Amino acid sequence: MARIDLQSLGHSYISNPKGDDDYALKPMTHVWEQGGAYALLGPSGCGKTTLLNIISGLLTPSEGRVLFDGKDVTALPTEARNIAQVFQFPVVYDTMTVYENLAFPLRNRGLRGAPLDARVREIAGLLDLTADLNRRGRNLTADAKQKISLGRGLVRPDVAAILFDEPLTVIDPHLKWELRSKLKALHRALDLTMIYVTHDQTEALTFADKVVVMHDGRVVQVGRPQELFERPAHVFVGHFIGSPGMNVLPAEVSGRAARVGGHVIALRRGYPALNGGAKIEIGVRPEFATLAPAGAGGVPVRVRRLDDLGRTRIARVELSGLPMAATVPEDLTLAGDEASLLLDPAMVHVYADGTLVEGEAA
Amino acid sequence: MDKPVNQGAWLLVLPVLLIVAFSAILPLMTVVNYSVQDTFGNNQFFWNGIGWYQELLDPSTDLGGRFFDALWRNLLFSLLILLIEVPLGIAVALSMPRHGWRVAATLVVLALPLLIPWNVVGTIWQIFAREDIGLLGWAVNRLGIPYNYTADPLSAWVTIVVMDVWHWTSLVALLCYAGLRSIPDAFYQAARIDGASRWAVFRNIQLPKMHRVLLIAVLLRFMDSFMIYTEPFVVTGGGPGNSTTFVSIDLVKLALGQFDLGKAAALSIVYNLIILAVCWVFYTVMTRMDAQRN
Repeated sequence: MARIDLQSLGHSYISNPKGDDDYALKPMTHVWEQGGAYALLGPSGCGKTTLLNIISGLLTPSEGRVLFDGKDVTALPTEARNIAQVFQFPVVYDTMTVYENLAFPLRNRGLRGAPLDARVREIAGLLDLTADLNRRGRNLTADAKQKISLGRGLVRPDVAAILFDEPLTVIDPHLKWELRSKLKALHRALDLTMIYVTHDQTEALTFADKVVVMHDGRVVQVGRPQELFERPAHVFVGHFIGSPGMNVLPAEVSGRAARVGGHVIALRRGYPALNGGAKIEIGVRPEFATLAPAGAGGVPVRVRRLDDLGRTRIARVELSGLPMAATVPEDLTLAGDEASLLLDPAMVHVYADGTLVEGEAA
Repeated sequence: MDKPVNQGAWLLVLPVLLIVAFSAILPLMTVVNYSVQDTFGNNQFFWNGIGWYQELLDPSTDLGGRFFDALWRNLLFSLLILLIEVPLGIAVALSMPRHGWRVAATLVVLALPLLIPWNVVGTIWQIFAREDIGLLGWAVNRLGIPYNYTADPLSAWVTIVVMDVWHWTSLVALLCYAGLRSIPDAFYQAARIDGASRWAVFRNIQLPKMHRVLLIAVLLRFMDSFMIYTEPFVVTGGGPGNSTTFVSIDLVKLALGQFDLGKAAALSIVYNLIILAVCWVFYTVMTRMDAQRN
């Protein structure tokens, strides 16, 4: 059982951080609920691994506290926390058999004899490693090694949370899917909190119930995959999730209308009080921008290129010289490069300095 | 399958063959030639067959006795320095910093003894350990421990062993350090999460990674110490008495001091064969162990 609380947690590798830029992880407060499957998503160098190492205790944060079920563990060493971690490169003790590898954490904690044997065999069964128990670690494939790394975490009865640091990086593509399904199944079977760090949106969105998106040492959005898709809280989330990413256009917004290069785009919500100095942009995903023949309403655009993605077609268009991506309906045929773009007003979001502005509902 | 044959390729190997012939094979054949003959000077040689070898390998003769005494000294010396240098080298490598500017500083300091010419090492210790003007010898005597390497065999042995440890432990440490550096940080982090003790980390992560370089270190140190000549020659000259006369020192005495070319030639060939045999045993054991692990 573990609910993990991060309270004004921040970390800097510099001793006296002055500005925001000095932090590898900017001060944040966040709660990981017991039993959740979380993905920590972000590009390389955004602080994901720093955050993970703080939770597992490999790193002591320079600010703030970490609580497990309300108990302050900030100063506790990693072996005293009921947590396990799986690393990018599989860690297997070469000289030991698979059985000894799985037994290792238990032996280190003083468990011996029949209870140890039963536990090791149970976990080996869960991970489909029973047939390999007597083999040496060094001759196994990368995915089997990664299963052993995971097994050494699962085998400990005290473990309440498992952290994954890009665990599928060195796994063959066709085995990635299999191993990820295994993780999902284990999460359902065992009452464990799982935090999965990745920079791959597919991995994050398929694994997790909740995705935490990080950017530049900061958590920019926490939400279900659908929320991240439909209501990105930050233009970064819009760019990073989805392929192609969200269209972001500089605009002037007043009331329920956005003005982009002389064209008016309707909004579902009203924005009466936007900060005057901020950079205002609107964002709309290509999935909610549909191409239509010229004169069909919407805003006029110029079509530059059509990309056939197999199942769908994406049009690269220009709206007053600004590049955008849009969905092309199956039955659409275009004459020339003039077309019009229909935008779903509910899916057009307004951002001030990159952050989503909540409008006033109708 | 037809392979094109071009006998002209032999020409390309010829320079190497010539160099090896002049630098190794011809001198070796000269030695073999001497070892089966006797001479009384004047460049007159008489056939002696395997006579020198029989004498050499029979401990009851004068020559054989000298040879086996020196051989046991050599083996004892190699055993001692391996027992000291290997664990000490591992300990040094384990306590070396893993990151930062201190890595470079430590490496430079460790490499220093390796860069000093061997006879200079001998001279340094010869002076350093003198009981009258040497800092070490004087200090040890002032502490009340009788120590004089020119008169007491035990003192002489201690001096030579300590000198070799000072000179060569760095090599073992550097090799082990190279092995340790190849361990990714994730292994140490995983071990912490698994609750491994310091000993378990050493036993299960560090030692397996050092295994290969350690074999090389043992091989190098054994060969080198088994052939040791310069340092003890400079420090003790083989004395007091014959207490630090190793095979190589005896060989030089025999060949250049007494001008017993036949005996010396037979001795160097047997010496050579022993070293080759030990090398072969090491090589076989190493490849066997590798094969077993895979």
